[in-house]
Amino acid sequence: MSEALLEIKGLRAGIEGKEILRGVNLTIRRGEVHAIMGPNGAGKSTLSAVLAGRPDYKVLEGSVLYDGRDLLAMAPEERSWAGIFLSFQYPVEIPGVSITNFMKAALNARRKAAGQQELSPAEFLRLMKEKMAFVQMKGEFARREVNVGFSGGEKKRNEIFQMAMLEPVLSILDETDSGLDVDALRIVADGVNRLRTPETSAIVITHYQRLLEYIVPDVVHVLKGGRIVATGGRELVDQIENLGYDSIDG
Amino acid sequence: MDSVYVVGRDAVPSLVRLGEGESLKMTLIVPEGVSATLALEVDLDGSGASLDLAGASMSRGDEQVQINVVVRHNVPGCRSEQLFKSVAGGSARVSFDGLVYVARDSVHTVAHQQNHSLLLSEGASVESRPQLEIYADDVECSHGATTGYLNPEELFYMRSRGIPYDVARQMQVDAFLAPIISRTL
Repeated sequence: MSEALLEIKGLRAGIEGKEILRGVNLTIRRGEVHAIMGPNGAGKSTLSAVLAGRPDYKVLEGSVLYDGRDLLAMAPEERSWAGIFLSFQYPVEIPGVSITNFMKAALNARRKAAGQQELSPAEFLRLMKEKMAFVQMKGEFARREVNVGFSGGEKKRNEIFQMAMLEPVLSILDETDSGLDVDALRIVADGVNRLRTPETSAIVITHYQRLLEYIVPDVVHVLKGGRIVATGGRELVDQIENLGYDSIDG
Repeated sequence: MDSVYVVGRDAVPSLVRLGEGESLKMTLIVPEGVSATLALEVDLDGSGASLDLAGASMSRGDEQVQINVVVRHNVPGCRSEQLFKSVAGGSARVSFDGLVYVARDSVHTVAHQQNHSLLLSEGASVESRPQLEIYADDVECSHGATTGYLNPEELFYMRSRGIPYDVARQMQVDAFLAPIISRTL
């Protein structure tokens, strides 16, 4: 069994004084894809927010080790440099900032942090082209303002494009399937699958089983009331599909 | 005519008159570190005269910037567009007073005025007083003012992609000022 990439122990966290995660334990090894399923309000998005370092969420107790480092002590940008990527449930619009400038700033900051030189304009453009093709985005996409006026499907494809550009070690996909039609879902899932390597891991957070037909998880967890109440394989997905979340005790 | 004035470097005219069919595109920049009081009056004195006026101030320290603009539509059929954007950080104080005056009989006037401010710190302050004085009928006039802080959702989104806090903030400021700065390039 390979080493643990992420180790969450006794994590309690919340927002605005309200406790949402009530003691989450979770270990993810390199190369594994974990699905986290749960009803609305279970804490799925809180977990992804805490892992990415959203400042308005407060950790009350517990620890998170990522690649042996204390994740909770790291700033959001440091987590990104270390290989964590959150695909947002609701990608944010940034008026006045083009995708090109956005990605250039992101890549160069990461390279600087790693003591590397900035990419040359030619290298950067080549990379942009390659990754845009990966999610079937046309050339004009690079000049558009980040997520401004994007359809739901375009926003999610933009998330996967950024994921492909940043080549994360741990990807967290927060409800990436919400608001997607089947074609967009296929493009997104295909992108995620092609980015899978034996060294990288993913957490796929979803309410429905649909996405898990395209991105097949190694382990399935059910999050309910801020705790993981069941862990298993494909049979858990089927149970939820057939009998609902009420059939799983929490 | 297309003129760019950098306050502190260039002498900004205090009174401009535009005659029949004349048009002026003017951009005022108040750079970081410059305290100034700007008073500009523009008279639209000939039919068909057109003013396109924009300004930006970027104060991050203890600057005091005061911008007073008066645009007078003295005859029918003139147009004025104004867009002012201010960034205020540190303990900077920025104020904008903009008066658009439309004389009696200046029908078919088109006048728009916008003033938007971005606060970077709790210690900074901005004041905006846009005013319309309209004495003619059949005109198209509007003004608007907004004041806000940097959007924390955008900031977190950028940081989550590895863009450091300071760089992300600067990108937001640049994006806010871009419509003005692009006029000077």
